Amino acid sequence: MPSAEEVMTVTDRATGHGPGGARRPPEATLADETEAQARFERLIAQDERVEPRDWMPEAYRATLIRQVAQHAHSEIIGMQPEGAWLTRAPSLRRKAILLAKVQDEAGHGLYLYSACETLGADRDDLTEKLVSGRQKYSSIFNYPTLSFADVGVIGWLVDGAAICNQVPLCRSSYGPYARAMIRICKEESFHQRQGYELLMTMMAGTEEQRAQVRDAVDRWWWPSLMMFGPPDAASPNTARSMAWRIKRHTNDELRQRFVDITVPQAEALGVTLPDPDLRWNAERGHYDYGPIDWDELARVIRGDGPCNAERIETRRTALRDGEWVRQAAAAYAAKRAARDAVGTGVAG
Amino acid sequence: MNTTGDTPDAGAARATTPGDGGAGADTGAPARDRRGEWPLYEVFLRGRRGLNHVHVGSLRAADDTMALRHARDLYTRRNEGVSIWVVRSDAIAASSPDERDPFFAPSADKVYRHPTFYAIPDDVPHL
Repeated sequence: MPSAEEVMTVTDRATGHGPGGARRPPEATLADETEAQARFERLIAQDERVEPRDWMPEAYRATLIRQVAQHAHSEIIGMQPEGAWLTRAPSLRRKAILLAKVQDEAGHGLYLYSACETLGADRDDLTEKLVSGRQKYSSIFNYPTLSFADVGVIGWLVDGAAICNQVPLCRSSYGPYARAMIRICKEESFHQRQGYELLMTMMAGTEEQRAQVRDAVDRWWWPSLMMFGPPDAASPNTARSMAWRIKRHTNDELRQRFVDITVPQAEALGVTLPDPDLRWNAERGHYDYGPIDWDELARVIRGDGPCNAERIETRRTALRDGEWVRQAAAAYAAKRAARDAVGTGVAG
Repeated sequence: MNTTGDTPDAGAARATTPGDGGAGADTGAPARDRRGEWPLYEVFLRGRRGLNHVHVGSLRAADDTMALRHARDLYTRRNEGVSIWVVRSDAIAASSPDERDPFFAPSADKVYRHPTFYAIPDDVPHL
């Protein structure tokens, strides 16, 4: 049953928050502002959820818009590397699975754009910011998928890393974001398992197939570790995001958790992760891993990854090619609405 | 209901800027304004028979028929629903969070509406 809170959430957008929605009118006193701020901080301290029409600090809103938009863009761009294999899947079974997975990524993007809109962002505007490079997406999707083993490795490592990142976000302080993450996490589990199963199948195949898996693991391991973002020392916003409970763990904590989870999975699969420094540290109770090439991450974020230009160009082309469809649908809806209005007039 | 006074409906705000080409010129995207063409819909699902419809999220669609189809594709890919409602977001009237306390106050001070308000001896059966 929709609770009162749920109904309020629904309508948050209905009555809407323009981008400047949280600003107080000029006559609002300093006391109002202080009281609103205190209420916001109480919500956060009590680990309650902030809902769209609640007062929130502008920096909280801006941080969320940036994070949720980047997340949404990543899901949408993330369709491309695997989508490239849809027409070349080796069997109908693998094709159906891959199609379902890519469709899920589109769905995840849409859940997140819708959460972002509750913050006052405009969906068309977000798309413009993506294709013009003013908003980022995860750097991982700027690497190419060279063989079908890449589809398996993306499911296992890239979606595995995404799950590590996203499970704590199900408890993020912003209600619509947390709810979107719950839906997404349920679906990501299928993504990761289909990837691992695909790799198990290939590892049980020919020597050539095993070589493809090893090659794909070698190429995707380090970029997967970079998915967690810069090290804590170089991540100035982490502390504030954690204080606001938008994030629940630091980048390095999540990266360590991912390494610890993944090493036994690699052993079970029979592949070696490409890091000579990777070994169990009994003292820490964690796996140690070698230094990450942060220059590479910076390069790819800056736009110099292997596929940055291609990814954006593909998205732009899709936007352009779909324009007439969107126009036609809108024109049809307008015509029907006009006809219905005339019909009502006659009947009345 | 809206005491902040400066929170215009997002859709209405868009409608006031027709012909705004936005960033189209520098992105390669069509310069024509696409804003406001596809309104926002809220989606409600009945998970299975016997349950109420529950809000699950929103989407954009040109009209009601498309909204239903998109809702099916977006929110019921894994048997999450047996019935879907979609409604234009701008058709919903909402209580305001700023008025939350006074608005719900009438229900806060009537403890006698709850069964636990009444003391009944433990040995009285079925009550």
